[in-house]
Amino acid sequence: MRKTPLKYVFIFLVPSLIGFTVFNIVPILSSLVLAFTKWDLLTPIKFVGINNFIQMFTKDPIFWPSLGRTLLYSSMSIPLGILTSLILALAMNRPLKGIAIFRVIYFVPYVSSMIAVSMVWKWLYNDQFGLINTFLSFLGLQPQSWLSNATLVIPSLVIMDVWKGAGFGMLIYLAALQGIPEQLYEAATVDGANAFQSFFKITLPLLGPAHFYMLVTGLINGFQVFDSVYLMTQGGPGFASRVFAYNLYQSAFRQFQMGYASSMAWFLFFIIFAVTLLQFKRLGGKVEYDVI
Amino acid sequence: MNAAQTIRQNPIRKSRNYRRRQTKKAIINTISYILLITGAIISLIPFIWMISTSLKGRAEVFIYPPNFIPGTLRWDNYSSVFSTFPFFSYMRNTATVAVSVTIIQLVVSATAAYAFARLDFKGRNALFFLFLGTLMVPSQVTLIPSYIMMTDRFLALKGTLWALILPSGLGGVAFGTFMLRQFMLGIPKELEEAALIDGASPIVSFFKIILPLSKPALATLAVFTFMGSWNEFLWPLLMLERPELQTLTVGLAGLQTRWGTRWPELMAGSLVSIIPILLITLFAQRYFIRGIVVSGLKG
Repeated sequence: MRKTPLKYVFIFLVPSLIGFTVFNIVPILSSLVLAFTKWDLLTPIKFVGINNFIQMFTKDPIFWPSLGRTLLYSSMSIPLGILTSLILALAMNRPLKGIAIFRVIYFVPYVSSMIAVSMVWKWLYNDQFGLINTFLSFLGLQPQSWLSNATLVIPSLVIMDVWKGAGFGMLIYLAALQGIPEQLYEAATVDGANAFQSFFKITLPLLGPAHFYMLVTGLINGFQVFDSVYLMTQGGPGFASRVFAYNLYQSAFRQFQMGYASSMAWFLFFIIFAVTLLQFKRLGGKVEYDVI
Repeated sequence: MNAAQTIRQNPIRKSRNYRRRQTKKAIINTISYILLITGAIISLIPFIWMISTSLKGRAEVFIYPPNFIPGTLRWDNYSSVFSTFPFFSYMRNTATVAVSVTIIQLVVSATAAYAFARLDFKGRNALFFLFLGTLMVPSQVTLIPSYIMMTDRFLALKGTLWALILPSGLGGVAFGTFMLRQFMLGIPKELEEAALIDGASPIVSFFKIILPLSKPALATLAVFTFMGSWNEFLWPLLMLERPELQTLTVGLAGLQTRWGTRWPELMAGSLVSIIPILLITLFAQRYFIRGIVVSGLKG
Protein backbone atom coordinates (compact mmCIF):
# COMPACT_ATOMS: atom_id res chain seq x y z
CA MET A 1 0.00 0.00 0.00
CA ARG A 2 1.17 3.53 -0.74
CA LYS A 3 2.04 5.82 2.13
CA THR A 4 -0.95 7.99 2.90
CA PRO A 5 -0.29 11.73 2.84
CA LEU A 6 0.27 12.83 6.43
CA LYS A 7 -2.57 15.32 6.19
CA TYR A 8 -5.15 12.51 6.02
CA VAL A 9 -3.55 10.51 8.78
CA PHE A 10 -3.93 13.56 11.00
CA ILE A 11 -7.54 14.17 10.06
CA PHE A 12 -8.55 10.61 10.84
CA LEU A 13 -6.47 10.10 13.93
CA VAL A 14 -6.56 13.40 15.81
CA PRO A 15 -10.03 13.10 17.37
CA SER A 16 -9.35 9.63 18.75
CA LEU A 17 -5.83 10.52 19.85
CA ILE A 18 -7.10 13.45 21.90
CA GLY A 19 -9.68 11.30 23.63
CA PHE A 20 -7.32 8.40 24.05
CA THR A 21 -4.57 10.55 25.57
CA VAL A 22 -6.74 12.67 27.87
CA PHE A 23 -9.10 9.97 29.09
CA ASN A 24 -6.96 6.83 28.89
CA ILE A 25 -3.22 7.43 28.85
CA VAL A 26 -3.12 10.36 31.29
CA PRO A 27 -5.37 8.67 33.89
CA ILE A 28 -3.50 5.38 33.61
CA LEU A 29 -0.12 7.02 34.11
CA SER A 30 -1.40 9.24 36.93
CA SER A 31 -2.89 6.24 38.64
CA LEU A 32 0.46 4.50 38.44
CA VAL A 33 2.08 7.49 40.15
CA LEU A 34 -0.71 7.78 42.72
CA ALA A 35 -0.19 4.15 43.70
CA PHE A 36 3.08 5.19 45.32
CA THR A 37 1.69 8.17 47.19
CA LYS A 38 -0.50 9.09 50.12
CA TRP A 39 -3.12 11.68 49.26
CA ASP A 40 -6.47 12.68 50.74
CA LEU A 41 -7.09 15.48 48.18
CA LEU A 42 -6.82 18.10 50.95
CA THR A 43 -3.30 17.96 52.33
CA PRO A 44 -0.31 17.97 49.94
CA ILE A 45 0.45 14.75 48.13
CA LYS A 46 3.22 12.65 49.71
CA PHE A 47 5.42 9.99 48.09
CA VAL A 48 5.58 6.86 50.19
CA GLY A 49 7.38 4.41 47.91
CA ILE A 50 5.99 0.89 48.11
CA ASN A 51 4.41 1.49 51.51
CA ASN A 52 0.89 1.20 50.10
CA PHE A 53 1.64 -2.28 48.85
CA ILE A 54 3.27 -3.29 52.12
CA GLN A 55 0.22 -1.98 53.96
CA MET A 56 -2.11 -3.83 51.58
CA PHE A 57 -0.36 -7.19 51.71
CA THR A 58 0.77 -7.33 55.31
CA LYS A 59 -1.14 -4.90 57.54
CA ASP A 60 -4.59 -4.13 56.17
CA PRO A 61 -7.02 -6.49 57.96
CA ILE A 62 -9.69 -5.93 55.31
CA PHE A 63 -7.73 -6.49 52.11
CA TRP A 64 -7.24 -10.27 52.01
CA PRO A 65 -10.72 -11.06 53.33
CA SER A 66 -12.22 -8.83 50.63
CA LEU A 67 -10.24 -10.74 48.03
CA GLY A 68 -11.41 -14.00 49.56
CA ARG A 69 -15.04 -12.91 49.35
CA THR A 70 -14.52 -11.97 45.72
CA LEU A 71 -13.16 -15.43 44.96
CA LEU A 72 -16.01 -17.01 46.88
CA TYR A 73 -18.41 -14.97 44.81
CA SER A 74 -16.75 -16.07 41.55
CA SER A 75 -16.54 -19.69 42.63
CA MET A 76 -20.34 -19.70 42.81
CA SER A 77 -21.30 -17.30 40.04
CA ILE A 78 -19.10 -18.84 37.34
CA PRO A 79 -20.31 -22.47 37.51
CA LEU A 80 -23.88 -21.43 38.11
CA GLY A 81 -23.74 -18.94 35.23
CA ILE A 82 -22.21 -21.52 32.89
CA LEU A 83 -24.80 -24.12 33.81
CA THR A 84 -27.87 -21.92 33.35
CA SER A 85 -26.55 -20.34 30.15
CA LEU A 86 -25.67 -23.73 28.67
CA ILE A 87 -29.05 -25.25 29.50
CA LEU A 88 -30.89 -22.31 27.99
CA ALA A 89 -28.69 -22.35 24.90
CA LEU A 90 -29.20 -26.08 24.34
CA ALA A 91 -32.95 -25.59 24.50
CA MET A 92 -32.74 -22.49 22.28
CA ASN A 93 -30.70 -24.39 19.71
CA ARG A 94 -33.70 -26.41 18.58
CA PRO A 95 -35.88 -25.37 15.66
CA LEU A 96 -38.92 -24.61 17.79
CA LYS A 97 -41.84 -22.31 17.16
CA GLY A 98 -41.81 -19.00 19.00
CA ILE A 99 -38.12 -19.23 19.87
CA ALA A 100 -37.54 -15.54 19.17
CA ILE A 101 -39.91 -14.57 21.97
CA PHE A 102 -37.84 -16.49 24.49
CA ARG A 103 -34.68 -14.75 23.35
CA VAL A 104 -36.29 -11.36 23.98
CA ILE A 105 -37.50 -12.47 27.40
CA TYR A 106 -34.05 -13.66 28.52
CA PHE A 107 -32.71 -10.30 27.51
CA VAL A 108 -35.00 -8.27 29.71
CA PRO A 109 -32.93 -8.78 32.90
CA TYR A 110 -29.67 -8.27 31.04
CA VAL A 111 -30.52 -4.85 29.62
CA SER A 112 -32.27 -3.49 32.70
CA SER A 113 -30.18 -1.24 34.90
CA MET A 114 -28.70 -2.78 38.03
CA ILE A 115 -30.42 -0.20 40.19
CA ALA A 116 -33.91 -1.10 38.96
CA VAL A 117 -33.14 -4.79 39.18
CA SER A 118 -31.57 -4.62 42.62
CA MET A 119 -34.50 -2.65 43.96
CA VAL A 120 -36.97 -5.37 43.01
CA TRP A 121 -34.63 -8.10 44.25
CA LYS A 122 -34.28 -6.33 47.57
CA TRP A 123 -38.03 -6.48 47.75
CA LEU A 124 -38.09 -10.14 46.68
CA TYR A 125 -35.49 -10.95 49.35
CA ASN A 126 -37.37 -9.02 52.05
CA ASP A 127 -37.36 -10.97 55.33
CA GLN A 128 -41.04 -10.70 56.19
CA PHE A 129 -42.97 -9.83 53.06
CA GLY A 130 -40.60 -10.89 50.26
CA LEU A 131 -41.93 -13.16 47.56
CA ILE A 132 -39.07 -15.65 48.02
CA ASN A 133 -39.71 -16.20 51.71
CA THR A 134 -43.44 -16.40 51.06
CA PHE A 135 -42.75 -19.11 48.54
CA LEU A 136 -40.47 -20.95 50.98
CA SER A 137 -43.05 -20.96 53.74
CA PHE A 138 -45.65 -22.07 51.21
CA LEU A 139 -43.42 -25.09 50.60
CA GLY A 140 -43.12 -25.59 54.36
CA LEU A 141 -39.50 -24.41 54.44
CA GLN A 142 -37.84 -22.02 56.85
CA PRO A 143 -37.78 -18.38 55.65
CA GLN A 144 -34.28 -16.87 55.49
CA SER A 145 -32.88 -13.41 56.02
CA TRP A 146 -31.17 -13.38 52.66
CA LEU A 147 -29.37 -10.08 52.71
CA SER A 148 -28.76 -9.68 56.42
CA ASN A 149 -27.30 -13.12 57.09
CA ALA A 150 -23.52 -13.15 56.79
CA THR A 151 -23.33 -16.58 55.16
CA LEU A 152 -26.28 -16.07 52.81
CA VAL A 153 -25.51 -12.59 51.56
CA ILE A 154 -22.93 -13.57 48.92
CA PRO A 155 -25.03 -16.47 47.54
CA SER A 156 -28.00 -14.07 47.40
CA LEU A 157 -26.01 -11.60 45.33
CA VAL A 158 -24.78 -14.44 43.13
CA ILE A 159 -28.34 -15.64 42.44
CA MET A 160 -29.37 -12.18 41.34
CA ASP A 161 -26.32 -11.69 39.13
CA VAL A 162 -26.69 -15.12 37.51
CA TRP A 163 -30.34 -14.34 36.85
CA LYS A 164 -29.34 -11.02 35.26
CA GLY A 165 -26.53 -12.42 33.12
CA ALA A 166 -28.06 -15.68 31.90
CA GLY A 167 -29.32 -14.14 28.64
CA PHE A 168 -25.82 -12.97 27.78
CA GLY A 169 -24.17 -16.32 28.46
CA MET A 170 -26.95 -18.07 26.58
CA LEU A 171 -26.08 -16.10 23.44
CA ILE A 172 -22.39 -16.92 23.74
CA TYR A 173 -23.18 -20.62 23.97
CA LEU A 174 -25.81 -20.44 21.26
CA ALA A 175 -23.30 -18.93 18.83
CA ALA A 176 -20.80 -21.65 19.74
CA LEU A 177 -23.42 -24.41 19.38
CA GLN A 178 -24.39 -23.17 15.95
CA GLY A 179 -20.75 -23.34 14.95
CA ILE A 180 -20.59 -27.10 15.49
CA PRO A 181 -21.01 -28.82 12.12
CA GLU A 182 -24.09 -31.04 11.81
CA GLN A 183 -22.02 -33.72 10.04
CA LEU A 184 -20.25 -34.57 13.30
CA TYR A 185 -23.53 -35.60 14.89
CA GLU A 186 -24.61 -37.50 11.77
CA ALA A 187 -21.34 -39.38 11.71
CA ALA A 188 -21.69 -40.22 15.40
CA THR A 189 -25.24 -41.48 14.91
CA VAL A 190 -24.13 -43.69 12.04
CA ASP A 191 -21.42 -45.07 14.30
CA GLY A 192 -24.12 -45.95 16.82
CA ALA A 193 -23.62 -43.17 19.40
CA ASN A 194 -26.65 -42.24 21.47
CA ALA A 195 -27.72 -38.72 22.39
CA PHE A 196 -25.79 -38.73 25.68
CA GLN A 197 -22.59 -39.90 24.04
CA SER A 198 -22.96 -37.25 21.34
CA PHE A 199 -23.46 -34.58 23.96
CA PHE A 200 -20.51 -35.54 26.16
CA LYS A 201 -18.10 -36.50 23.36
CA ILE A 202 -18.96 -33.88 20.75
CA THR A 203 -20.96 -30.95 22.10
CA LEU A 204 -19.22 -30.33 25.42
CA PRO A 205 -15.61 -30.60 24.18
CA LEU A 206 -16.30 -28.47 21.10
CA LEU A 207 -17.77 -25.76 23.30
CA GLY A 208 -14.30 -25.42 24.85
CA PRO A 209 -13.63 -21.86 23.66
CA ALA A 210 -17.05 -20.75 24.92
CA HIS A 211 -16.50 -22.34 28.33
CA PHE A 212 -13.17 -20.66 28.50
CA TYR A 213 -14.59 -17.31 27.53
CA MET A 214 -17.26 -17.62 30.20
CA LEU A 215 -14.61 -18.53 32.76
CA VAL A 216 -12.35 -15.60 31.89
CA THR A 217 -15.10 -12.98 31.72
CA GLY A 218 -16.62 -14.48 34.85
CA LEU A 219 -13.34 -14.01 36.72
CA ILE A 220 -12.80 -10.49 35.41
CA ASN A 221 -16.38 -9.42 36.13
CA GLY A 222 -16.27 -11.09 39.53
CA PHE A 223 -13.39 -8.85 40.54
CA GLN A 224 -15.33 -5.81 39.45
CA VAL A 225 -18.70 -6.53 41.07
CA PHE A 226 -19.76 -3.24 42.55
CA ASP A 227 -23.20 -1.89 41.63
CA SER A 228 -25.19 -4.76 43.13
CA VAL A 229 -23.20 -4.67 46.37
CA TYR A 230 -23.44 -0.92 46.69
CA LEU A 231 -27.17 -0.91 46.03
CA MET A 232 -28.24 -3.94 48.02
CA THR A 233 -25.96 -4.46 50.98
CA GLN A 234 -23.39 -1.64 51.20
CA GLY A 235 -20.88 -4.37 51.90
CA GLY A 236 -22.84 -5.64 54.89
CA PRO A 237 -23.97 -7.15 57.12
CA GLY A 238 -20.77 -6.10 58.86
CA PHE A 239 -18.11 -6.81 56.28
CA ALA A 240 -19.77 -9.96 54.93
CA SER A 241 -20.22 -8.68 51.37
CA ARG A 242 -17.37 -6.18 51.24
CA VAL A 243 -15.87 -7.51 48.02
CA PHE A 244 -12.76 -6.20 46.29
CA ALA A 245 -14.26 -3.43 44.13
CA TYR A 246 -16.51 -2.21 46.91
CA ASN A 247 -13.56 -2.12 49.29
CA LEU A 248 -11.64 -0.07 46.74
CA TYR A 249 -14.55 2.36 46.40
CA GLN A 250 -14.77 2.72 50.17
CA SER A 251 -11.13 3.56 50.60
CA ALA A 252 -11.14 6.00 47.67
CA PHE A 253 -14.41 7.86 48.12
CA ARG A 254 -15.30 7.32 51.76
CA GLN A 255 -11.90 7.44 53.43
CA PHE A 256 -10.30 9.53 50.67
CA GLN A 257 -7.18 7.39 50.52
CA MET A 258 -6.57 8.12 46.85
CA GLY A 259 -3.05 6.68 46.86
CA TYR A 260 -3.92 3.50 48.68
CA ALA A 261 -6.99 2.88 46.52
CA SER A 262 -4.86 3.36 43.41
CA SER A 263 -2.44 0.69 44.53
CA MET A 264 -5.39 -1.65 45.02
CA ALA A 265 -6.53 -0.83 41.48
CA TRP A 266 -3.11 -1.81 40.16
CA PHE A 267 -3.23 -5.05 42.06
CA LEU A 268 -6.51 -5.68 40.25
CA PHE A 269 -4.87 -4.83 36.95
CA PHE A 270 -2.20 -7.46 37.51
CA ILE A 271 -4.79 -10.12 38.22
CA ILE A 272 -6.75 -9.24 35.10
CA PHE A 273 -3.55 -9.06 33.08
CA ALA A 274 -2.57 -12.56 34.21
CA VAL A 275 -6.01 -13.94 33.39
CA THR A 276 -5.94 -12.32 29.94
CA LEU A 277 -2.48 -13.67 29.20
CA LEU A 278 -3.76 -17.09 30.08
CA GLN A 279 -6.57 -16.55 27.61
CA PHE A 280 -4.21 -15.57 24.80
CA LYS A 281 -2.02 -18.56 25.49
CA ARG A 282 -5.04 -20.80 25.40
CA LEU A 283 -6.41 -19.26 22.21
CA GLY A 284 -3.04 -19.99 20.56
CA GLY A 285 -3.90 -23.67 20.77
CA LYS A 286 -7.54 -23.18 19.84
CA VAL A 287 -9.49 -26.29 18.93
CA GLU A 288 -10.25 -26.55 15.25
CA TYR A 289 -13.39 -28.36 14.34
CA ASP A 290 -13.58 -28.08 10.61
CA VAL A 291 -14.73 -31.18 8.85
CA ILE A 292 -12.76 -32.01 5.77
CA MET B 1 -23.33 -45.98 4.48
CA ASN B 2 -24.46 -49.32 5.88
CA ALA B 3 -27.45 -47.88 7.63
CA ALA B 4 -28.48 -45.99 4.55
CA GLN B 5 -28.34 -49.15 2.47
CA THR B 6 -30.42 -51.14 4.94
CA ILE B 7 -32.97 -48.39 5.05
CA ARG B 8 -33.29 -48.34 1.29
CA GLN B 9 -33.64 -52.11 1.12
CA ASN B 10 -36.14 -52.47 3.92
CA PRO B 11 -39.19 -50.19 3.81
CA ILE B 12 -40.69 -51.55 7.06
CA ARG B 13 -37.46 -50.86 8.95
CA LYS B 14 -37.44 -47.42 7.44
CA SER B 15 -40.85 -46.48 8.72
CA ARG B 16 -40.16 -47.88 12.18
CA ASN B 17 -36.86 -45.99 12.33
CA TYR B 18 -38.59 -42.91 11.10
CA ARG B 19 -41.29 -43.20 13.73
CA ARG B 20 -38.77 -43.76 16.48
CA ARG B 21 -36.82 -40.74 15.39
CA GLN B 22 -39.97 -38.64 15.32
CA THR B 23 -40.88 -39.69 18.88
CA LYS B 24 -37.39 -38.91 20.06
CA LYS B 25 -37.55 -35.51 18.42
CA ALA B 26 -40.90 -34.82 20.04
CA ILE B 27 -39.53 -35.74 23.47
CA ILE B 28 -36.48 -33.53 23.10
CA ASN B 29 -38.63 -30.69 21.84
CA THR B 30 -40.98 -31.03 24.78
CA ILE B 31 -38.09 -30.98 27.24
CA SER B 32 -36.69 -27.94 25.47
CA TYR B 33 -40.01 -26.15 25.72
CA ILE B 34 -40.28 -26.95 29.41
CA LEU B 35 -36.78 -25.58 30.03
CA LEU B 36 -37.43 -22.50 27.94
CA ILE B 37 -40.72 -21.75 29.67
CA THR B 38 -39.22 -22.28 33.13
CA GLY B 39 -36.40 -19.93 32.18
CA ALA B 40 -38.86 -17.37 30.88
CA ILE B 41 -40.95 -17.51 34.05
CA ILE B 42 -37.88 -17.05 36.25
CA SER B 43 -36.67 -14.20 34.06
CA LEU B 44 -39.98 -12.41 34.17
CA ILE B 45 -41.31 -13.01 37.71
CA PRO B 46 -39.32 -10.17 39.27
CA PHE B 47 -40.69 -7.81 36.63
CA ILE B 48 -44.24 -9.03 37.04
CA TRP B 49 -43.81 -8.57 40.77
CA MET B 50 -42.46 -5.10 40.10
CA ILE B 51 -45.56 -4.18 38.09
CA SER B 52 -47.88 -5.78 40.62
CA THR B 53 -46.29 -4.00 43.60
CA SER B 54 -46.22 -0.69 41.75
CA LEU B 55 -50.02 -0.73 41.55
CA LYS B 56 -50.70 -1.64 45.16
CA GLY B 57 -51.66 0.52 48.09
CA ARG B 58 -49.04 1.05 50.77
CA ALA B 59 -50.76 -1.35 53.21
CA GLU B 60 -51.64 -3.97 50.64
CA VAL B 61 -47.95 -4.63 50.10
CA PHE B 62 -47.72 -6.16 53.57
CA ILE B 63 -50.62 -8.58 53.24
CA TYR B 64 -49.91 -12.27 53.71
CA PRO B 65 -50.21 -14.25 51.50
CA PRO B 66 -49.44 -11.65 48.86
CA ASN B 67 -51.68 -11.30 45.83
CA PHE B 68 -50.32 -10.86 42.35
CA ILE B 69 -53.27 -8.81 41.17
CA PRO B 70 -53.87 -5.77 43.37
CA GLY B 71 -57.35 -5.23 44.81
CA THR B 72 -57.63 -1.75 43.40
CA LEU B 73 -55.14 -0.47 40.87
CA ARG B 74 -53.37 2.48 42.45
CA TRP B 75 -52.19 4.46 39.47
CA ASP B 76 -51.49 7.39 41.79
CA ASN B 77 -48.22 5.67 42.79
CA TYR B 78 -46.98 6.67 39.36
CA SER B 79 -48.16 10.23 39.68
CA SER B 80 -46.49 10.53 43.07
CA VAL B 81 -43.24 9.32 41.54
CA PHE B 82 -43.51 11.88 38.78
CA SER B 83 -44.42 14.70 41.16
CA THR B 84 -41.95 14.01 44.00
CA PHE B 85 -38.98 13.33 41.81
CA PRO B 86 -38.14 15.18 38.61
CA PHE B 87 -38.39 12.02 36.59
CA PHE B 88 -38.76 13.70 33.24
CA SER B 89 -35.66 15.74 33.83
CA TYR B 90 -33.77 12.57 34.89
CA MET B 91 -34.94 10.94 31.71
CA ARG B 92 -33.91 13.96 29.65
CA ASN B 93 -30.47 14.06 31.27
CA THR B 94 -29.95 10.35 30.77
CA ALA B 95 -31.04 10.58 27.14
CA THR B 96 -28.84 13.63 26.51
CA VAL B 97 -25.82 11.86 27.91
CA ALA B 98 -26.50 8.53 26.21
CA VAL B 99 -27.13 10.09 22.78
CA SER B 100 -24.09 12.38 23.00
CA VAL B 101 -21.82 9.59 24.18
CA THR B 102 -23.02 7.34 21.38
CA ILE B 103 -22.52 9.97 18.67
CA ILE B 104 -19.06 10.98 19.89
CA GLN B 105 -18.04 7.37 20.30
CA LEU B 106 -19.16 6.49 16.76
CA VAL B 107 -17.44 9.45 15.10
CA VAL B 108 -14.18 9.03 16.95
CA SER B 109 -14.03 5.26 16.68
CA ALA B 110 -15.01 5.13 13.01
CA THR B 111 -12.35 7.62 11.94
CA ALA B 112 -9.68 5.90 14.03
CA ALA B 113 -10.76 2.49 12.80
CA TYR B 114 -10.45 3.67 9.20
CA ALA B 115 -6.97 4.97 9.88
CA PHE B 116 -5.90 1.65 11.38
CA ALA B 117 -7.60 -0.47 8.74
CA ARG B 118 -6.78 1.43 5.58
CA LEU B 119 -4.22 4.20 5.93
CA ASP B 120 -0.52 3.53 5.84
CA PHE B 121 1.61 5.47 8.27
CA LYS B 122 4.61 5.04 10.51
CA GLY B 123 3.92 3.51 13.91
CA ARG B 124 0.46 2.32 12.94
CA ASN B 125 0.77 -1.12 14.49
CA ALA B 126 2.47 0.13 17.64
CA LEU B 127 -0.28 2.68 18.17
CA PHE B 128 -2.96 0.07 17.55
CA PHE B 129 -1.42 -2.25 20.12
CA LEU B 130 -1.37 0.63 22.59
CA PHE B 131 -5.11 1.05 22.00
CA LEU B 132 -5.63 -2.67 22.50
CA GLY B 133 -3.51 -2.70 25.62
CA THR B 134 -5.73 -0.21 27.39
CA LEU B 135 -8.67 -2.57 26.95
CA MET B 136 -7.05 -4.75 29.59
CA VAL B 137 -6.91 -1.96 32.14
CA PRO B 138 -9.88 -2.24 34.53
CA SER B 139 -12.03 0.85 35.01
CA GLN B 140 -10.98 1.01 38.67
CA VAL B 141 -7.49 2.07 37.59
CA THR B 142 -8.69 5.15 35.72
CA LEU B 143 -11.55 5.89 38.12
CA ILE B 144 -9.57 7.84 40.71
CA PRO B 145 -7.44 10.00 38.37
CA SER B 146 -10.49 10.68 36.20
CA TYR B 147 -12.37 11.80 39.29
CA ILE B 148 -9.56 14.12 40.31
CA MET B 149 -9.31 15.40 36.74
CA MET B 150 -12.98 16.42 36.75
CA THR B 151 -12.76 18.37 40.01
CA ASP B 152 -12.08 22.11 40.20
CA ARG B 153 -8.38 21.35 40.44
CA PHE B 154 -8.23 20.57 36.72
CA LEU B 155 -11.11 20.51 34.22
CA ALA B 156 -13.79 21.67 36.68
CA LEU B 157 -16.49 19.65 34.92
CA LYS B 158 -17.72 17.78 38.00
CA GLY B 159 -21.39 18.51 38.51
CA THR B 160 -22.10 19.04 34.82
CA LEU B 161 -23.31 16.58 32.21
CA TRP B 162 -20.03 17.12 30.34
CA ALA B 163 -18.35 15.11 33.06
CA LEU B 164 -20.39 12.14 31.92
CA ILE B 165 -20.30 12.77 28.18
CA LEU B 166 -16.61 13.42 27.57
CA PRO B 167 -14.91 10.54 29.42
CA SER B 168 -17.35 7.92 28.14
CA GLY B 169 -17.59 9.33 24.62
CA LEU B 170 -13.91 10.03 24.03
CA GLY B 171 -12.39 7.65 26.56
CA GLY B 172 -14.25 4.58 25.32
CA VAL B 173 -12.57 4.87 21.94
CA ALA B 174 -10.34 1.79 22.25
CA PHE B 175 -13.09 -0.81 22.15
CA GLY B 176 -15.05 0.92 19.38
CA THR B 177 -11.92 1.35 17.28
CA PHE B 178 -10.98 -2.28 17.70
CA MET B 179 -14.44 -3.53 16.78
CA LEU B 180 -14.91 -1.29 13.76
CA ARG B 181 -11.39 -1.91 12.50
CA GLN B 182 -12.01 -5.66 12.48
CA PHE B 183 -15.15 -5.05 10.48
CA MET B 184 -13.52 -2.65 8.02
CA LEU B 185 -10.68 -5.09 7.38
CA GLY B 186 -13.31 -7.46 6.03
CA ILE B 187 -14.49 -4.98 3.39
CA PRO B 188 -12.80 -5.88 0.06
CA LYS B 189 -10.11 -3.38 -0.87
CA GLU B 190 -11.13 -3.44 -4.54
CA LEU B 191 -14.28 -1.53 -3.71
CA GLU B 192 -12.18 1.40 -2.63
CA GLU B 193 -9.29 1.10 -5.06
CA ALA B 194 -11.27 2.13 -8.11
CA ALA B 195 -12.31 5.33 -6.38
CA LEU B 196 -8.82 6.06 -5.08
CA ILE B 197 -7.30 5.53 -8.56
CA ASP B 198 -9.83 7.99 -9.94
CA GLY B 199 -8.26 10.50 -7.60
CA ALA B 200 -10.72 10.45 -4.70
CA SER B 201 -9.19 11.35 -1.36
CA PRO B 202 -9.39 8.97 1.62
CA ILE B 203 -12.01 11.31 3.06
CA VAL B 204 -14.31 10.81 0.10
CA SER B 205 -13.72 7.09 0.11
CA PHE B 206 -14.41 6.93 3.85
CA PHE B 207 -17.74 8.71 3.54
CA LYS B 208 -18.89 7.24 0.23
CA ILE B 209 -17.70 3.67 0.49
CA ILE B 210 -16.51 2.52 3.89
CA LEU B 211 -19.11 4.17 6.12
CA PRO B 212 -22.16 2.97 4.20
CA LEU B 213 -20.77 -0.57 4.14
CA SER B 214 -20.01 -0.47 7.86
CA LYS B 215 -23.59 0.27 8.86
CA PRO B 216 -24.22 -3.04 10.66
CA ALA B 217 -21.07 -2.70 12.75
CA LEU B 218 -21.85 0.95 13.50
CA ALA B 219 -25.37 0.04 14.59
CA THR B 220 -24.05 -2.69 16.87
CA LEU B 221 -21.57 -0.33 18.48
CA ALA B 222 -24.27 2.32 18.82
CA VAL B 223 -26.70 0.03 20.60
CA PHE B 224 -24.02 -1.21 22.97
CA THR B 225 -22.66 2.22 23.78
CA PHE B 226 -26.14 3.58 24.33
CA MET B 227 -27.10 0.79 26.69
CA GLY B 228 -23.85 1.06 28.64
CA SER B 229 -24.29 4.77 29.08
CA TRP B 230 -27.98 4.53 29.97
CA ASN B 231 -27.29 2.04 32.77
CA GLU B 232 -24.07 3.52 34.10
CA PHE B 233 -24.19 4.03 37.83
CA LEU B 234 -20.96 4.67 39.73
CA TRP B 235 -19.52 7.43 37.56
CA PRO B 236 -22.71 9.56 37.47
CA LEU B 237 -23.04 8.96 41.21
CA LEU B 238 -19.58 10.45 41.75
CA MET B 239 -20.03 13.29 39.29
CA LEU B 240 -23.54 14.61 39.89
CA GLU B 241 -24.77 16.20 43.07
CA ARG B 242 -27.43 18.69 42.05
CA PRO B 243 -30.77 16.86 41.85
CA GLU B 244 -31.90 18.59 38.67
CA LEU B 245 -28.87 17.28 36.79
CA GLN B 246 -29.06 13.68 37.90
CA THR B 247 -29.56 10.71 35.64
CA LEU B 248 -32.14 7.96 36.05
CA THR B 249 -29.87 5.48 37.80
CA VAL B 250 -28.59 7.98 40.36
CA GLY B 251 -32.04 9.51 40.81
CA LEU B 252 -33.53 6.10 41.49
CA ALA B 253 -30.86 5.36 44.07
CA GLY B 254 -31.80 8.67 45.70
CA LEU B 255 -35.44 7.62 45.67
CA GLN B 256 -34.46 4.53 47.58
CA THR B 257 -32.51 6.47 50.20
CA ARG B 258 -35.38 8.85 50.67
CA TRP B 259 -38.33 6.47 50.56
CA GLY B 260 -36.78 3.45 52.23
CA THR B 261 -39.52 0.87 52.10
CA ARG B 262 -42.27 2.61 50.19
CA TRP B 263 -42.20 -0.33 47.83
CA PRO B 264 -45.09 0.64 45.52
CA GLU B 265 -43.52 3.97 44.61
CA LEU B 266 -40.04 2.46 44.37
CA MET B 267 -41.29 -0.24 42.00
CA ALA B 268 -43.17 2.31 39.91
CA GLY B 269 -39.99 4.35 39.60
CA SER B 270 -37.89 1.31 38.68
CA LEU B 271 -40.34 0.24 36.04
CA VAL B 272 -40.54 3.66 34.43
CA SER B 273 -36.75 3.88 34.36
CA ILE B 274 -36.25 0.66 32.40
CA ILE B 275 -39.02 1.07 29.82
CA PRO B 276 -36.98 3.13 27.32
CA ILE B 277 -34.08 0.69 27.27
CA LEU B 278 -36.47 -2.26 26.95
CA LEU B 279 -38.10 -0.68 23.91
CA ILE B 280 -34.72 -0.02 22.33
CA THR B 281 -33.63 -3.60 22.93
CA LEU B 282 -36.79 -4.87 21.36
CA PHE B 283 -36.30 -2.86 18.20
CA ALA B 284 -32.53 -3.19 17.94
CA GLN B 285 -32.38 -6.85 18.95
CA ARG B 286 -30.54 -7.95 15.85
CA TYR B 287 -27.61 -5.56 16.37
CA PHE B 288 -27.53 -6.31 20.00
CA ILE B 289 -27.16 -10.03 19.49
CA ARG B 290 -24.53 -9.59 16.85
CA GLY B 291 -22.63 -7.31 19.20
CA ILE B 292 -22.53 -9.86 21.98
CA VAL B 293 -21.41 -12.61 19.66
CA VAL B 294 -18.70 -10.41 18.11
CA SER B 295 -17.41 -9.12 21.42
CA GLY B 296 -17.64 -12.55 22.95
CA LEU B 297 -16.04 -14.98 20.60
CA LYS B 298 -13.68 -12.86 18.58
CA GLY B 299 -12.77 -9.98 20.85
